[in-house]
Amino acid sequence: MNEIVPVVDLRGISIEFPGVKALDGVDLRLFQGEVHALMGENGAGKSTLIKALTGVYAIDSGTITVLGEQHRFAGPAEAQDARISTVYQEVNLCPNLSIEENILLGREPHRRGGIHWKEVRRRARAVLEQLNLGHLDPGSVLSSHSIAIQQLVAIARSVQVDAKVLILDEPTSSLDTEEVQQLFAVIRSLRDNGVAILFVSHFLEQVYEISDRMTVLRNGRLVGEFMTRELPRMSLISKMMGKELDALTELDRSDVRARPDRTDAVPLLLAEKLGRKGSVGNVDIALYEGQILGLAGLLGSGRTETARLLFGADRADQGQLTIRGTAQTLRSPRSAIDHGIAFSSENRKEEGLIGDLSVRDNLVLAMQASQGWLRRIPAPQQDQLTEKFIAALDIRPANKDALIRNLSGGNQQKVLLARWLITNPKLLILDEPTRGIDIGAKTQIQKLISTLAADGMSIIFISAELEEVLRLSDHIAVLKDRRMVADLPNDGVTMEDVMTIIAGSAA
Amino acid sequence: MNALLKHRLTWPVLALVLLLLLNQVFRADFLSVRLQDGHLYGSLIDILRNGAPTILIALGMTLVIASRGIDLSVGAVAAIAGAVSCTYIYTSPDPSSLQTAAVAVALAVVAGLVLGLWNGFLVSVVGIQPIIATLVLMTAGRGLAQLVTDGQIISVSNDSYQSIGAGFVLGLPISILIAAAAFLAAGLLTRRTALGTLIEAVGINPVASRLAGLNARTITMAVYVFSGLCAAVAGLMISSNVTAADANNAGLYIEMDAILAVVIGGTSLAGGRYSLVGTLIGALIIQTLTTTVYTLGIPPEVTLVFKALVVIIVCLLQSSRARTLLKQRRRPVTATSDVKVAI
Amino acid sequence: MSVVTRTPAPLNRTRISLLEGKARYAPTLATVGLFLAMFAAGAVMYPGFLSGQVFLNLLVDNTFLIVLAVGMTFVILTGGIDLSVGSVVALSMMIAAALLQAGWNPVAVIALVLLTGATFGLLMGLVIQVFEIQPFIVTLAGLFLARGLCYVISVDSITVTDPFFTAMAQARIPLGGRMFISPGVVIALLVVALAFYVLHQTRFGRTVYAIGGGESSALLMGLAVPRTKVLVYGISGLCSAVAGVLFSFYSLSGYSLAATGLELDAIAAVVVGGTLLTGGYGYVLGSLAGVLILGIVQTFISYEGTLSSWWTRIVIGALLLAFILLQKLFSRKVTVT
Repeated sequence: MNEIVPVVDLRGISIEFPGVKALDGVDLRLFQGEVHALMGENGAGKSTLIKALTGVYAIDSGTITVLGEQHRFAGPAEAQDARISTVYQEVNLCPNLSIEENILLGREPHRRGGIHWKEVRRRARAVLEQLNLGHLDPGSVLSSHSIAIQQLVAIARSVQVDAKVLILDEPTSSLDTEEVQQLFAVIRSLRDNGVAILFVSHFLEQVYEISDRMTVLRNGRLVGEFMTRELPRMSLISKMMGKELDALTELDRSDVRARPDRTDAVPLLLAEKLGRKGSVGNVDIALYEGQILGLAGLLGSGRTETARLLFGADRADQGQLTIRGTAQTLRSPRSAIDHGIAFSSENRKEEGLIGDLSVRDNLVLAMQASQGWLRRIPAPQQDQLTEKFIAALDIRPANKDALIRNLSGGNQQKVLLARWLITNPKLLILDEPTRGIDIGAKTQIQKLISTLAADGMSIIFISAELEEVLRLSDHIAVLKDRRMVADLPNDGVTMEDVMTIIAGSAA
Repeated sequence: MNALLKHRLTWPVLALVLLLLLNQVFRADFLSVRLQDGHLYGSLIDILRNGAPTILIALGMTLVIASRGIDLSVGAVAAIAGAVSCTYIYTSPDPSSLQTAAVAVALAVVAGLVLGLWNGFLVSVVGIQPIIATLVLMTAGRGLAQLVTDGQIISVSNDSYQSIGAGFVLGLPISILIAAAAFLAAGLLTRRTALGTLIEAVGINPVASRLAGLNARTITMAVYVFSGLCAAVAGLMISSNVTAADANNAGLYIEMDAILAVVIGGTSLAGGRYSLVGTLIGALIIQTLTTTVYTLGIPPEVTLVFKALVVIIVCLLQSSRARTLLKQRRRPVTATSDVKVAI
Repeated sequence: MSVVTRTPAPLNRTRISLLEGKARYAPTLATVGLFLAMFAAGAVMYPGFLSGQVFLNLLVDNTFLIVLAVGMTFVILTGGIDLSVGSVVALSMMIAAALLQAGWNPVAVIALVLLTGATFGLLMGLVIQVFEIQPFIVTLAGLFLARGLCYVISVDSITVTDPFFTAMAQARIPLGGRMFISPGVVIALLVVALAFYVLHQTRFGRTVYAIGGGESSALLMGLAVPRTKVLVYGISGLCSAVAGVLFSFYSLSGYSLAATGLELDAIAAVVVGGTLLTGGYGYVLGSLAGVLILGIVQTFISYEGTLSSWWTRIVIGALLLAFILLQKLFSRKVTVT
């Protein structure tokens, strides 16, 4: 790759949202005929940068140069006119229409008296052949094809407009291995035809397989631009996480606790090769009373999916689940709850809060659901429970009638925790309970988790912050590319250990 | 004062009071209620009595809407209930006895419960969208009612039955008492049990409700069954009031009135928080509006035009409010790239 | 009032698993098959049923419903619904009858009626689109409004005595073999043909399908989504007005209570014709077949002397349910996360 003029040259891009500097002076260069990976943890600013490049967000400062011409996109249409195309994880096509229509919709050739369908077919076929997809029937309905093919059709649509820059945002998250290879073949052929490709993915192996160059972001800042083959996986991970390896080993381990497995007892929960097609696989967990199991892995590695399987929110279709020695199938959250399992979702707003109801109503919801609608928890008891937990968890404002949507994130999280604590669960699954909340609330929640486990509750703890996982857990399950790849007893596991597993080639 | 302005019932109450005052201006004796033969008479009593079926149906509709649903079949269910009871009385060997009337009422109520269960089944078990699911019964229901009455308008003369719609107890029309009882029952049923909160939870956030362990299916069933029950009782009132079952016209457009009452009462069609008091006021506004049109000497059929205008205005008010709320946030140009919006 | 949420294309895609490939014609073919089977059954059961005229009468008696179903197809294909059509038919008839009674030129009357219907629909579409209010509540208000306006014009029935209208009512176009159709049939079939052309040969038509397939995707593809969504309600309003004129040719009167519940027949015809209520799938020719099925149900009931007219409603309801359940089966969700 000679240092020729980049097709896209972003310099010093800054975008500020009220209270947050989402991007702070970030550079990005895309070269013709190259696959460029954009890397970073959740919240690093990847999607904001993409939206800046595609004209969805206006930039506050910096310059966008495309093909030597400086642009200031006022909207996505202008970016598209500059021949920048984007394919998203959720295919933005019409599943009810044929492949050819999806490729040409909105710019169909016309002749006298209407759409020139023959010409539509001819052009669609030409594009498909260009992408080695000649075997697809252009007249077949899009929905009859797999998501992978639909994604390829979306790419065909952007090729049809002769895009110079193709942005692929998490294109592989719902594809299986074979489908990924099919997609990669198309990406390579486009690359060889001189298209500049920006590839965003959480799958490390895929990034190493397909990309030539990568840009790493962290907390809205540029960490650096690297040639993929010159950057070992370990250094990439430490760059993404912002910890030099030496520093990682020096983690304060004073309060690390590792309780030995009580192999004499029956495990509370035993998962053997549990999985669900298209979601997560190979989950092996043995969890005993009073233990904390931490799930580690990069974002998108299958942590949340594992939690949902164990809670019956999604139904497992592989493997076996045993609860206290009896094989069980969890058909719904209801049945998991009846087995004493509780789950606090990472998606507070959409999967946790009933926004228009009060703190009290939200707090007693799960308990009430367990009792059935006829046996309403008496108002004095509701008040007493609510007041107790408002005090115990320091929920502010200490007003049980406040609408929960008006509380801060940390306080909402505490209410959701309390919702489950009053049901006295045997197993509490916490997905990112400390994300997006202030440091004070965070420490309180971490302490609470330790106390609960000491009192005999089993806990599965998911967090993107590895330190937190290492400090709290007795066991650490490592997930990678939607499979569980290791289960480590926490007898002094270091971040380096975990990262080595994540970085290692597929287990 | 500010809190009062913001309260969601302030505007409906104000509208009701204004409408009543408007009537008073045109008819000096409008607000007076007099006692005659131990019975209360007056325009206000008439509004309550004529509004009783709408109030009943609107109560059921409120809970359905709170759960993110809608029940378009209530008019047809009311017609079926009237048809069932009148046909039973008409064909019974002793058409004027109290016992016959009691059985007739029981049959109608059972019919309402079964039809509600049917709607609930289609929505919660089969998973059809509520508008469509209840459209089926709306389409076929009047046919069923005609089937029961054999296409005739069935007139009955049974004093006990007639008293449901036209009788008096303690000086008050029985239909008002029934509506009041239903209002209290709905209030107690939803607020003394956990049903109300659970309905709201499902209506506000079905996903979170499921993850909290709620069984939405039971709740959905319950609201449609309740709606069916309310519609059946309303149907009894309507047919009793005219001592006849008219399969074609009984409860015609009453589903529209009920939805309108719910919306005016401040319950959002998107589901969630509901107000039974609001619905009551909404229903009274509609009935008063009808009376007002009559008072002003406009042909009563034209009421439909006013109702349509009220629906549109209320919808626009609620919609623009939502829009101003949206505008306060910083919004990106559009959600994703590649957009050319044209209008 | 709920604001239509513009969800980004859902992660869990609904795959119309049985509507793949050529199978997407399946529901429509099922409708045509059902129609043929019913016609055959009628021929076996009743003497005189198997005649061209019995078939043609299905068209002659249902011209207005055919046109209504065409308009409704546009709306339902985008995933919307129009509950106002029955009332707009009645309003059109009332306007026509009143103006003819006042001595207006029939051509001017028809032009004005069509203009009114289209405007009425466009206005509803604008409210739906601009204020993001659910279509069913807006068109419900439209239903009230149009019906109320009928009463404003006249509470009583108005008879049409205009020579042009009576001529159209009585005109018969012979097809040979003592078979005939009415001019209304020609108009209705022209409307069907025109709709077919628009839906399949113009970008507007393809946009209608694209919106039904995924509104946000259609937006991202740069299609004129808002304009199209408003226009489909305009088309439905226009079709309602045409249906009103055809109904006037048929009944030679205007009456405020006319065409009550016709919106349900139109929706039923569209659904029975194989159009998915969630939008995106369906054909206007299917809707024509749907109307014919509703018509043949009626013919059956009139041939079977012992069955009363209300069975029509019950059977239509049952058919509607059966086809909704079929659709449910067709569009079983395949969740891909």
